[in-house]
Amino acid sequence: MEVDTSLSQSSSPVPLPLILQRPSVPAILIAQGAEALLFRSTYLLPSLPCALKYRPSKPYRHPTLDLRLTKHRILSEARVLTKCRREGVPVPGVYALDEGAGWMMIEWVDGEVVRIRLNEWLSRRAQEGVPQGVEDGKLVGLMRRIGSAVGRMHGVGVVHGDLTTSNLMLRPVPAEGVNGGGMLDGEIVLIDFGLASQSTQDEDRAVDLYVLERAFGSTHSKAESLFTEVLGAYEKSFKGANIVLKKLEEVRMRGRKRSMLG
Amino acid sequence: MISIGLEGSANKLGVGIISHPHPNKPAQILSNIRHTFISPPGEGFLPKDTAMHHRSWVVRLVKQAMAEAGVSIADIDCICYTKGPGMGAPLQSVAITARMLSVLWQKELVGVNHCVGHIEMGREITGAQNPVVLYVSGGNTQVIAYAEHRYRIFGEALDIAVGNCLDRFARTLEISNDPAPGYNVEQLAKKGKILLDLPYAVKGMDCSFSGILASIDLLAGELKANPDKRDPITGELITTADLCFSLQETVYAMLVEITERAMAHVGSSQVLIVGGVGCNERLQEMMGLMARDRGGSVYATDERFCIDNGIMIAQAGLLAYETGFTTPLEESTCTQRFRTDEVFVKWRD
Repeated sequence: MEVDTSLSQSSSPVPLPLILQRPSVPAILIAQGAEALLFRSTYLLPSLPCALKYRPSKPYRHPTLDLRLTKHRILSEARVLTKCRREGVPVPGVYALDEGAGWMMIEWVDGEVVRIRLNEWLSRRAQEGVPQGVEDGKLVGLMRRIGSAVGRMHGVGVVHGDLTTSNLMLRPVPAEGVNGGGMLDGEIVLIDFGLASQSTQDEDRAVDLYVLERAFGSTHSKAESLFTEVLGAYEKSFKGANIVLKKLEEVRMRGRKRSMLG
Repeated sequence: MISIGLEGSANKLGVGIISHPHPNKPAQILSNIRHTFISPPGEGFLPKDTAMHHRSWVVRLVKQAMAEAGVSIADIDCICYTKGPGMGAPLQSVAITARMLSVLWQKELVGVNHCVGHIEMGREITGAQNPVVLYVSGGNTQVIAYAEHRYRIFGEALDIAVGNCLDRFARTLEISNDPAPGYNVEQLAKKGKILLDLPYAVKGMDCSFSGILASIDLLAGELKANPDKRDPITGELITTADLCFSLQETVYAMLVEITERAMAHVGSSQVLIVGGVGCNERLQEMMGLMARDRGGSVYATDERFCIDNGIMIAQAGLLAYETGFTTPLEESTCTQRFRTDEVFVKWRD
């Protein structure tokens, strides 16, 4: 995860929950999304880093509705993460949560998101003048690892809801290290399950893949041609994946957006 | 340059005349009048009756708009009309009027996308530069942001529009459709206190309202059968005002949430609310609270420009006309389906 130390705890735009007010190690704000703040903190030991996802209350919402939504979302995200973890899908583990106070503490994942690594790799190759399609074994390997990670998640009955290359991390494998391996090496870890749900419907799975495909198209158009590698690995990852790929054709045809009545 | 705009995609017939005195000066509204077809309580407006209303009023409205503006036919540069989206029969009535005026006055026609009309009028009136737009009306629910000559739809209602949900609930309660069903729901909601549990259907940047409508209709039915129903927590009597309150609190929270997500996505802190539902004070208030937390601001207009009107068609049409866009007579059709992102926005950078 990217760490921006310029955003310190004191600069938080909202009042913080008790757990973030007196930590042994000061919490660092890492990212602010539309509905959650992500902090880096520690869990139990000062040496064990963790990520803390905090959903502040929204002043525009009726307090009853606000509490209901926050509780529901934290619990459902934690449930999905726990389920994935139990079934061996690479996701951060859940350490602790307080759905009433609106926070969830999860495992800290080292490494960087695929979006950054992939763009760096693509631009470095462009500088070196390597034409597309040449010596891209590393890229093919990455695409296949993405495909099988997504397939494993779908196989256990979870859809992510927001699959982009910003929500896929590359965790360094200890034996190789970043130097020994390479920019595109590492284990794929799926993160940010804020929009995830438990579903085994082929439609939902196909939409997940479609969103990922569009994310590749818009942010890494040079790697888009290799998206078939993602789908190839996906097909082998669980029983019934071939039906999802057929459904994906349908989803592509209609696009996400329908033509509508005024 | 001066243009006249004709709008009649739903139950409002509007005629407006706008002038662009100079590229660097604000537009001048010369006239903006409207006549609304109001159906009896418990009923919606049917296309056939609405079209008849438009046909019988349009000549009077055009004459009145010209007189109010104090312009002659020679001053008019182009005739703008709503090409879509909207209800077929009412759209046709207005398109025929536009064609007739075009032939009669020997002026160019400009077909305008209704949604783009709302956005352009909102931008002109509020001065918002590059906002995320929430377009909410009886027929449309869209979260829009501008990028590379298109108004791109980031999120939208997957089934019925939010205004349709409110209007249909007004029909269930059989409250008046005058001046607008949504307005009367809003007035009732101001007296409500108890928040009842309703579904909350947000999917990423999209949302859905049909399940909420079914759910609140059911609650209204229960209340009718048993007027002594009490809130299990406070023990207070539940009223129809509480139903309206719960409905508004739920659907507007959904709208603000998807707007916030779009703002975070495109990195904008301005939000512009357009469309008939945009008049709602509670929606404006909630949006303001959200925007304040993001260090931004909310831009909204009043009923003259929020609710369907002719001036917005004149504004968007004139912007297109100034870039050389016209609609030839033989192509001056209308269409019920016309997406916001189909329009090439040549007038913006």
